[in-house]
Amino acid sequence: MTATAGAAATARPADTPPPLPLLPRRRGVELALLVGAVLISVCGYAVVGLATHHALPGGAVRYGAGLGGLALLAHLAVRLRAPYADPLLLPTAVLLNGLGLVLIFRLDLETPGDHAAPTQLMWSTVGVTLFIAVVLLLGDHRVLQRYAYVCAALALLLMAAPILFPAVNGAKIWVRVAGFSIQPGEFAKVLITVFFAAYLAANHTALAHVGRRVMGLQLPAGRVLGPIVAIWLISVAVLVLERDLGTSLLFFGVFVVLLYVATGRTGWIAVGLLLAGVGAAAVGTLEPHVHSRVEDWQHPFAGIAEGRGPGQLAQSLFAFAAGGMLGTGLGQGHSALIGFAMKSDFILATFGEELGLAGLTALFLLYALLVARGYRAALGLDDPFGSLLGVGLAVLPALQVFVIAGGVMGLIPLTGMAMPFLAQGGSSVVTNWIIIALLVRLSDRARTPRPATPAPADRRRPAPPPTAPAQGAGR
Amino acid sequence: MIRCIRHTAAFSFLLLVALLVNAARVQVVETERYGANPANRRVPIARYEKPRGAVLVEGSPVTGSRDSGGRLRYERTYTDGPLYAPVTGFSSQTYGTSLLERAEDGILSGVDDRLTAFPWWDRLTRTHRRGGDVHTTINARMQRAAFAGLGGKKGAVAAVEPRTGRILTLVSTPSYEPGVLSGNGAAVDEAWRGLNGAARRPMLNRALQETYPPGSTFKVVTAAAALESGRVTDIDARTDAPDPYTLPGTATRLGNAAKDCEDAPLRYAFRASCNTVFARLGAELGLRTMAATARRFGFNDDRLRIPSPVAPSTFDTRMDRAQLALSAIGQYDTAATPLQMAMVAAVVANGGQLAPPYLVDKVTDAGGVMVAAGPHRPTRQVVGPATAQQLQELMIDVVEHGSGRRAALKGVTVGGKTGTAQHGVRNEGMPYAWFISWAREKDGYEPAVAVAVVVEDAAADRADISGGGSAAPIARAVMAEAVRQGPGR
Repeated sequence: MTATAGAAATARPADTPPPLPLLPRRRGVELALLVGAVLISVCGYAVVGLATHHALPGGAVRYGAGLGGLALLAHLAVRLRAPYADPLLLPTAVLLNGLGLVLIFRLDLETPGDHAAPTQLMWSTVGVTLFIAVVLLLGDHRVLQRYAYVCAALALLLMAAPILFPAVNGAKIWVRVAGFSIQPGEFAKVLITVFFAAYLAANHTALAHVGRRVMGLQLPAGRVLGPIVAIWLISVAVLVLERDLGTSLLFFGVFVVLLYVATGRTGWIAVGLLLAGVGAAAVGTLEPHVHSRVEDWQHPFAGIAEGRGPGQLAQSLFAFAAGGMLGTGLGQGHSALIGFAMKSDFILATFGEELGLAGLTALFLLYALLVARGYRAALGLDDPFGSLLGVGLAVLPALQVFVIAGGVMGLIPLTGMAMPFLAQGGSSVVTNWIIIALLVRLSDRARTPRPATPAPADRRRPAPPPTAPAQGAGR
Repeated sequence: MIRCIRHTAAFSFLLLVALLVNAARVQVVETERYGANPANRRVPIARYEKPRGAVLVEGSPVTGSRDSGGRLRYERTYTDGPLYAPVTGFSSQTYGTSLLERAEDGILSGVDDRLTAFPWWDRLTRTHRRGGDVHTTINARMQRAAFAGLGGKKGAVAAVEPRTGRILTLVSTPSYEPGVLSGNGAAVDEAWRGLNGAARRPMLNRALQETYPPGSTFKVVTAAAALESGRVTDIDARTDAPDPYTLPGTATRLGNAAKDCEDAPLRYAFRASCNTVFARLGAELGLRTMAATARRFGFNDDRLRIPSPVAPSTFDTRMDRAQLALSAIGQYDTAATPLQMAMVAAVVANGGQLAPPYLVDKVTDAGGVMVAAGPHRPTRQVVGPATAQQLQELMIDVVEHGSGRRAALKGVTVGGKTGTAQHGVRNEGMPYAWFISWAREKDGYEPAVAVAVVVEDAAADRADISGGGSAAPIARAVMAEAVRQGPGR
């Protein structure tokens, strides 16, 4: 990578002052990591076939080529339009998506009548296409700030749409169009995060410093806080109407975190936790669906004692326990006993049983890496909107992983939610690819070298050259 | 803002730590407890994931496994189910296991740690071992001879090698096909209910689990007590026993089916099976002597495992003298399993030494490497060699001149004792026919086999139910196979 820096340095006119130490672009590293991510996924695919049928699965080559092709296209898009992007984001996403496809392919073997892997691969393709589109078309993330209220309106519209459609498994979160089931709430997560970030970036000074002090807490003025609380209340109301507790929890978490980051007031955290506690207690006791989840969490094996057999959470815990340290090996576990939702909400149980604590730790660290790179990008940006958006997009998967992983492992009451990239579900995969695209955009901005004193010759933003400079040197 | 982002990152890190700690709790700390939960289907799934180890008779498997294609993959099959059911028992996915399938389940199902040199490695990698094989001591031809001899009658045969205690034959009829219980589903439930509800109780292992009043065959034990205690020193000396004998402390008079029992010497009394002589001997020897002798032969031992558990044979230890007199002729509360009576015959044949019986010769892993040899428990002296010698004479006499003539084999020394046990209220139940015997080659020293046969056929004519009539020919057939193959085969 020193070659990159050297090449870039020699490309400069000799009379310009020595620039700030350049961050290497690391596109070669990204490519190498991508090859590794695709290889790991293909190996997992092959292992499943070898373990269950003692033969390589027929589609292994096609699957590898498909995943590799997608990864390569995404890499080219990044190389073209975001040459300074964080090299860890894309490979991590590809690896997670590849592992998810392997797990769904593996679980398809347990359900001969229902093959979800091809559909998931199709949705992954859509996701990567959108990733490429965002990276290519969105030159500067600050453009989004202008569309804050459009985003908010769109998010509300998307969340309200499923009310018109029949409930599936007790939750009204699906829209059925032309044979495809879409969860519009997934897309709404990104939109609402954009809105929160934009609104708080514009008003964070007012939020932090205007208002009255009540009981040692600095409360903001109503006219600043009004719109954001209204939006939040509406979104939560819609979600409670749709019985999707997980998503409303996620929105609340992102909201509180962004409010804290924007204002720097710990009081917000106190208020947030208080509200969350009251809300959780109220919903947990009043709403029967949620109440049973809490009961289940406190006594996962109550069903066995009552002769009803093990519930889903008990089966999930059994699956994790069966994995132990090293797991049973791909294709050799019995997580199919979980039954319903084993490919979506409970997909982590298959991972835990077949790859053990070792595999699960690696998986959590992969997610942690993704989240950490998000924070890294947020820290490197000098505009408040970018920083807030980066934090929001990092907190979103972090909370999501915690809520669903903690739920299926008995740490917290279970709320239905998709494991990012891993779980079956097209909307979720597509949304996650958009999140990655935005993070790539943000990190590219954060890592693009900026001269100490802006000189016209050195400006890369907001009008980047059509092709990245010194393209060949990165190889 | 930067400070707040760092705080948020730290908060995310805490979430990660919470997830990892919880994962370690579920996957390491609780793994054993969750794994052992009875509702966790992984235990049965793992259990039937690989073909179960085989039970072998003379090196050939009498059990197998069938791939059912279901979630519980392999089901047990039996090549000669009814013949070996009293040996193997059943292995059912629904109803558990019995007999050898139960006693050696650890080996057969593969969970026994002796099957590998590094059990911790298999635990770490969650490997399910293939089950090992259990080699039995059963002799196939003797087993078949006994099974054919009993035919459609209710009864049991047990035969042991007197010197070693190896169990050569274990037959119980009517038998059943254990394979019908192997799987799961409605057909298995149906079969289970049918077998358990059947009037002839085919699943009862009469050789090990059922005790019968031993009747006159118990006179071997009474004679042993009399000779060993010195109460009788010469088996040809008169015993001045009255006929009929009034049970002590009662007005009940005990008579004989045989003639010339008054004042008969032990040899004649044994051959003719004089109740009066042996009842009086028992009463005179006293409860302590009789109970101690019976215990040394193996009665009142509830810990006998071969390794399937054997029902304890009983000799009451709290009786009045009249009850003791009846117990001494194998009536009242005296009850014995066929295996126990085979052990009695074996003690006589083996010079007074009892080699504890066992059914498992050795255990090998799936690759045929020996994992464990048979138990080889030490033999114990039950009666002195001189007493054993005299008892042999008494039993030979029964076969040569008495009621056991139908057990005689040409060119073979055979000793035996018949028995016809009354049972039921006022003895109105159909009597059980007993025959216990041993055989050795004419000029040989080492006994080849000791056999006990019981026939409890209610359909037979009462007069025909006698040890000599229906039981002795079965014992003869079993002994003939044993002698033909020579001792220790």
